Amino acid sequence: MNFSFSEDQLLFRDSVRDFLSNEVTTDLIRSLWETDTGRSQTLWSQLAELGLTGMLVPEEHGGLGMNEEDFILIAEECGRAALPEPLIENAMIAVPLLQAINHESTNPYLGKILSGEAKASIAHPVNLLVSDAHVSDLILVFIDKEIHAVKTADAELIEQEGVDPSRKIFKLNYKAKTENCVANGDLAERLLQETLNRGALAVAAQHLGLAQAMVGQCVEYTSERKQFGQAIGSFQAVKHHMANVAVKYEFAKAVVYRAANSIANQHPDAAVHVAHAKIAASDAALLAAKHGIQVHGAMGYTWEVNLHIWMKRAWALDKTWGSLGYHKKVIEKKVFADTNKIGAGYSF
Amino acid sequence: MDLAYTQEHKAFREEVRSWLAANVPKEPLKTFDTAEGFQQHREWEATMNKGRWGMVTWPEELGGRGLDLIQWLIFEEEYYRAQAPTRVNQNGIFLLGPTLMEYGTEEQKARYLPKMASGEEIWAQGWSEPGAGSDMAAIRSKAENKGDHYIINGQKTWSTRAAFADWTFGMFRTDPESSRHKGLTFIFVPLNAEGVTVRPIPQLNGHPGFAEIFFDNVKVPVENRLGDEGAGWNVAMSTAGFERGLMLRSPARFQETARRLVKLYQENEKEIDDPLIKGQVLKAYMDAEAYTLNTYMTASRLINGGSIGPETSTNKIFWSELDQNMHETAMSILGARAELEPHCSEARGVGSWLDGFLFSQSGLIYAGTNEIQRNIIAERMLGMPRA
Repeated sequence: MNFSFSEDQLLFRDSVRDFLSNEVTTDLIRSLWETDTGRSQTLWSQLAELGLTGMLVPEEHGGLGMNEEDFILIAEECGRAALPEPLIENAMIAVPLLQAINHESTNPYLGKILSGEAKASIAHPVNLLVSDAHVSDLILVFIDKEIHAVKTADAELIEQEGVDPSRKIFKLNYKAKTENCVANGDLAERLLQETLNRGALAVAAQHLGLAQAMVGQCVEYTSERKQFGQAIGSFQAVKHHMANVAVKYEFAKAVVYRAANSIANQHPDAAVHVAHAKIAASDAALLAAKHGIQVHGAMGYTWEVNLHIWMKRAWALDKTWGSLGYHKKVIEKKVFADTNKIGAGYSF
Repeated sequence: MDLAYTQEHKAFREEVRSWLAANVPKEPLKTFDTAEGFQQHREWEATMNKGRWGMVTWPEELGGRGLDLIQWLIFEEEYYRAQAPTRVNQNGIFLLGPTLMEYGTEEQKARYLPKMASGEEIWAQGWSEPGAGSDMAAIRSKAENKGDHYIINGQKTWSTRAAFADWTFGMFRTDPESSRHKGLTFIFVPLNAEGVTVRPIPQLNGHPGFAEIFFDNVKVPVENRLGDEGAGWNVAMSTAGFERGLMLRSPARFQETARRLVKLYQENEKEIDDPLIKGQVLKAYMDAEAYTLNTYMTASRLINGGSIGPETSTNKIFWSELDQNMHETAMSILGARAELEPHCSEARGVGSWLDGFLFSQSGLIYAGTNEIQRNIIAERMLGMPRA
């Protein structure tokens, strides 16, 4: 029993945090809003060079040979930076999915994702839309208890416009074609749940990062902004808003990290742990947005102040990879199944 | 990260479980806020000590087992699961004990800790004064250094367990010229000393769970000082203080309450008319789990040589509000029966929820009000400007 990240894991996290804070500036994020794709191939190549796209690829296949526990800290940093690139969707969701599918038609994409030459998107029935399909080469579609690999060039996509200008989302119209089927039966069924778990956990980790980033911006702003002759951050009413968010994200951290460990170790209750992680981290991020805009006053309601980059990401992600209701039902099932097997002594 | 218990952990859990199964009193003890109940709880502490379960993290020579914090968490999980009596000496073993371990001389540790572990000496805390509550640095009670002894004058209040305890600890102003955090000294005072008057204060449930303590020229030897003279504030707020933050409320307590809440919901499901209550029950379960996972993470960090950072100040807010929320939910489930004492003819199945509900109101106040905790989080953890 050792509920700690290793020095190496934390050092790697720190180096990724430094990279993202240097490269993914709010100027870059805003400038990408004005481009056709909203994505930067330069940035994507840099992420691939750092090895991030292949973090979960075994070393013998050229990846970093890490697992979900390593990646969770990186996913948190993606949230903190409000990274627009689909790093998580590829590295944490598509790569393990492609590895599990292990089909001759899809295997070549693994190496290309690793090298930054290709991207994949996921169409999962829990989600209404497919994100980043416009820049992906392949869409992995869960349909009729099968998984189909659809070349993006052959897919009918209708772009949607959402609250977050950085998010690129599409409705996929696809009728199953047998030749696209790359997995079925038990494998497809298992991957349906596993992919949902990964997606939901990835949202939770990003929410953790988003919440902390928002609080950081609020602390900075309220330390500068003066009213009644003093920094508004010195007022208890403002402090307590921020403290309440801090309580939420501090107590979401262990839940999120534990869920990552459960996925890495195929814990039988992984879905329960993920559900809890998504609920707890979402709670923190949504409160950070709510109090964040409040302590910024009218400035928080503008396009100019950067806070909305993080707020909108939090709001948009919250409704993906399973609603809160969906995840609460997962918890409900566990809690009411057998009260002799929950509580003190049954957490691990 | 390795989230599996070792074979040693599992064996330890079995050992704790079987000892508790054989020794926990079949009938619940009377509340330790009565003279009779206090004596029953003191005897229970002695029974625990015979099995060397008083404080498992302490070194063997001081009455413990020299175990680590993960094993302490396992012990606590089994303890609450077995519905064993609440620890009457928690001010000693959880609050003063770790501080003594950090600041005490070898003589002081040998003198106080074994009797603390055995329940022979039960401790009351003596933090607050009438003019020093949330603003603890406003302490005015004085201790005058007379060479080999101090002469103490002043008053403490809200001293938990003082009505029946043997000793109290607290901060006293040793430098009359000093103000605020300076010039305070951490001193132990036996409550049977000449010049000490204890006036019990009935709490919300009518029992004297705390008391006022008056000091009128009370003489205590200088050996009763913990740490240096004038360093009382640092002793009280030390790194050991952070450990207190970890130990004061172990997660098992809340997990067990959450589990009982789930059972209460199931037992009363047909009569519950508010669909939102089920959500509150689920939230109670999740928050108790979150507190547990957070504590395991903190314990692991300490075991690995790390320190507790200022983020630990979020703990107290989290568990106190969790406890209050759980008891409010229980009251909602019980409906019209919620207001009844368990012995009433119409009090079917109310258990001890009312008692817990009343006590849960205090959690947001003691050990530093939650408003003070929020200021600490904002200023020391987040770096917001001081007023």
